Amino acid sequence: MADTTAATTTPDFAALVVGDVVAEREFALTRDSLVRYAGASGDFNAIHYRDDVAREVGLPGVLAHGMLTMGFAVQPVVDWAGDPGRVADYQVRFTRPVVVDPESGALVTVVAKVGQLDESATVARIDLTVKLGGDTVLGKAQVRVALG
Amino acid sequence: MPLNPELQGRVFPPTEPYLVGREKVREFARAVFATNPINLDPEAARAAGYDDVVAPPTFAVVVQELSLAQLLADPDAGIDFSRVVHGDQRFTSTRPIVAGDLLTATLTVSSVKSLGAHSMVTAESSITDASGAHVVTSISTLVIRGED
Repeated sequence: MADTTAATTTPDFAALVVGDVVAEREFALTRDSLVRYAGASGDFNAIHYRDDVAREVGLPGVLAHGMLTMGFAVQPVVDWAGDPGRVADYQVRFTRPVVVDPESGALVTVVAKVGQLDESATVARIDLTVKLGGDTVLGKAQVRVALG
Repeated sequence: MPLNPELQGRVFPPTEPYLVGREKVREFARAVFATNPINLDPEAARAAGYDDVVAPPTFAVVVQELSLAQLLADPDAGIDFSRVVHGDQRFTSTRPIVAGDLLTATLTVSSVKSLGAHSMVTAESSITDASGAHVVTSISTLVIRGED
């Protein structure tokens, strides 16, 4: 079922303009998403699946793993770039926790914009705005994508 | 307990080699909502020039974790894990991680700082493959909340 066309399309570096939105996506997180990420990553900190433990340590509720948020926030950029191997550098600051309600979950939005273009290296810096409701949850979220 | 300032500059021994499995990559990819076929389908990955499925950009955290465990378990470091908050994270890659890689992480404590009651530790894990070549450097800043 491979869609190999997605894998072979590379964005045209010369056509990029700083400020362009290259990708946008919504991620509907549920408690299931957190359990799945815990298993896949090996991060079994109980604040990511137990309300009682989260409350005990003074948190507003069960939180998404910061690394889960970092992990999915880059996916719209991966799909735009066409190949996960083009991501040369990726950094974020964890500025606000993502509380995941047991019933309604949490809806996180990602907007990816061209932040800077390095013409000599053919590298585009893509800046991510990652929000839960009106609040930004990742700061200085930058992806360097090699398009050469 | 205050953080040991002499931690700065310390280099931990390389971790035991970690063999990147295809199904682990796919499991991790699904957990971070990856949809790119190069992450999931060996045929698509081969068509794009890789030996096997390519791990998502944040997969290195799984290998980095093995080296961070050394730091957190070191009684000499004085880090109280229950007070640790992930401040920021960065991955700088030479090449993507591909299923079949045998990876080793070597952690260096690059900085130790105090900020009022809190301490900040920056740990850099250099991840290399079986040939000793650099694959990715994973950098975490951990904030250790002071007693309040």
